[in-house]
Amino acid sequence: MNTLIKNVSFQEWISSWNSGKITAPEHSTNYLDQLRTNAVNHIAALKFPSTRDEEWRFTDITPLKHAAFKQPSAATELTASDLTQYFIDESVIRIVFVDGQYMPGLSSTAAQHGVTIDSLSKLVATDISAVTQHLGQIAEYHNNAFVALNTAFMQEGVGIVISENIVVDAPIHVLFVATQQEVTACPRCLLVVGAGSRITLVEEYLALTDCAYTTNAVIEAQLADSANVNHIRLQRESREAFHIANTSVQIAHAASYQSISIALGAQISRFDQHISLADQHAQCSIDGLTLISDQQLADTHTWIDHIKPQATSRQLHKCIADGSAHAVFSGKIIVRPDAQQTDARQMNRNLLLSDKASIDTKPQLEIFADDVKCSHGATIGQLDADALFYLQSRGLNLASARNLLTYAFGAEVIDFIPVDSVKQQLADLILAKTRIH
Amino acid sequence: MIRADSSILLEVHDLHANVEDTEILKGLNLTVKRGEIHAIMGLNGSGKSTFAKVLAGHPAYRMTGGEILFNGMDITSLAPEERARAGLFLAFQYPVEIPGVANDQFLRLAYNTVQRQRGKEELDPLEFDDFVREKMKLLDMNPGFLDRSVNEGFSGGEKKRNEILQMALLEPMLAVLDETDSGLDIDALRIVAKGVNQLASQDNALILVTHYQRLLDYIEPDYVHVMEAGRIIKTSGKELALELEAHGYDWISGDKTRASGVQP
Ligand SMILES: Nc1ncnc2c1ncn2[C@@H]1O[C@H](COP(=O)(O)OP(=O)(O)O)[C@@H](O)[C@H]1O
Ligand SMILES: [Mg+2]
Repeated sequence: MNTLIKNVSFQEWISSWNSGKITAPEHSTNYLDQLRTNAVNHIAALKFPSTRDEEWRFTDITPLKHAAFKQPSAATELTASDLTQYFIDESVIRIVFVDGQYMPGLSSTAAQHGVTIDSLSKLVATDISAVTQHLGQIAEYHNNAFVALNTAFMQEGVGIVISENIVVDAPIHVLFVATQQEVTACPRCLLVVGAGSRITLVEEYLALTDCAYTTNAVIEAQLADSANVNHIRLQRESREAFHIANTSVQIAHAASYQSISIALGAQISRFDQHISLADQHAQCSIDGLTLISDQQLADTHTWIDHIKPQATSRQLHKCIADGSAHAVFSGKIIVRPDAQQTDARQMNRNLLLSDKASIDTKPQLEIFADDVKCSHGATIGQLDADALFYLQSRGLNLASARNLLTYAFGAEVIDFIPVDSVKQQLADLILAKTRIH
Repeated sequence: MIRADSSILLEVHDLHANVEDTEILKGLNLTVKRGEIHAIMGLNGSGKSTFAKVLAGHPAYRMTGGEILFNGMDITSLAPEERARAGLFLAFQYPVEIPGVANDQFLRLAYNTVQRQRGKEELDPLEFDDFVREKMKLLDMNPGFLDRSVNEGFSGGEKKRNEILQMALLEPMLAVLDETDSGLDIDALRIVAKGVNQLASQDNALILVTHYQRLLDYIEPDYVHVMEAGRIIKTSGKELALELEAHGYDWISGDKTRASGVQP
């Protein structure tokens, strides 16, 4: 054993950027404060992930370890007009975070019947049971240092509570804006969707700075029986940023969760998605697209846990890596002994656009039941030379042809997005070089 | 004094080309003037599609000798898109399916690229939509094909019509149609032929690669060439196609005395 390699504890890392320990809240019986205290106390037992950990094997986050980013100071003064260009046309409800902190003044949570949105501290203070029942219960922090850290700072987070049988037609836009450099923001969001309710959530990360900073986000979601949630995730952080995110979703009886996660930004990004199909006939389809270039690293880890019988899961994950970029996909599907008649399908397709780019992929099935339908597969390839020639023979230059085919590869995932303006925005972004004005 | 003959659109001289390390084209000669229609016939594997792709600049085929002059310009070092913008068009024998690229978007991109090259007006999506629908009417094409991915799931005949639609949009100076007739039923053939004939003028020219006489009933060639083993071994008038239909290729095959490749 190499005794020269010292395990840096997570606590040490935090101390280095926070010039001292993070402190637990004052003694309090408040649910939120207790949760935070527990998380703070637990952090001492956790270490900073390294490539010697199986779940971090392909992803070296040493640069993050060396980045001593403190907590954000006072929130940057922004007005809604600074952000309007990022608003989604279709959205009515908008929740804005700046540097990890929920900003009611920039948000638009105008009362809709059956929809409650407020800061976690307020929701806990008024004892909203949906919040105290689920907050901190879905996103596991005991084995995850980043979730623990986020939990320690979660008082700045927001809760979205939807009562039973409510349909929110317009997408709810949750916008995480980074403005300060060299800070670590820990935004937190809890989503509780009542039985039979239906919503679309657009979770978006973007930056008003080109500089380095860290986002360490946690989203927890609980879908009650027969609820239906579309969840679109757009990660467009600055090219210098570190982005660590955990999303944990619990899906009850006959509820249905569809997510489409797009990763475009950050220097190093890591997205963990934990899905529990917690009851019969629960369904999920979780699709993803990673599109990176230059020196970017983007890692997506997903876990789909089939706990009860007759649940269905679908997954299509695509990675496109150009330049010297490095994409990672690890997708684990667990089928528990009780989960008979599970129907699970996973597909991972990868496109390498340059000789220096690399993609690591690790699809895994762990099946403990015998009457199941499960399949998975992975492919890796390059742009089709005949298709490139076909486009060139119609007058498109090589760069445009490559661009168009690259977009086309990703379009299969982008086309799943049920919000037109978001779909269009992504198409424009990716096709920017091809568009003819 | 040597003067370029402006009536000559394409001049191919002693063309040799390889795929990987195998020589496929072995000294091909062909001259095409403005206003002419040429047919190239020949057995499978004789190199017709290879010739078409070499003309269009496919990177998998390496030219090892000879020259290609298009409109008086040596195009051998031009990229495929530069040849296309210069007015060369290839209707593919096997059009490529491109999932994820909408046909209308692709058509507009191609159209505007060529328009810009010619210093002509580009069209925005709405203008283009009107324009392309008119062109589709001429080819009796369902506008539904605009919303689908390029060639994806199209039948053989639908793909061929989509090729001719592209030709109609790009208005090339020289179009090479590689077996555009195969896979078309007689009605479709008539429609495609009508479309092609409408585009033919005294300024442009056409090379039809085909196996069958029947296309030539609708598009009348000025010359018929027979290709074998990478060369044109016989050139004659349109009656040659009828002879080939009646007697096959055996009677000319390997008969080097008749090989010419340079039309009268
Ligand atoms: N990409 C390629 N790779 C290998 N061989 C090829 C390729 N393209 C053409 N050939 C070979 O070149 C010869 C001529 O083919 P082709 O030009 O398609 O003939 P035709 O169109 O007259 O039927 C054939 O023997 C064919 O197998
Ligand atoms: Mg052929």
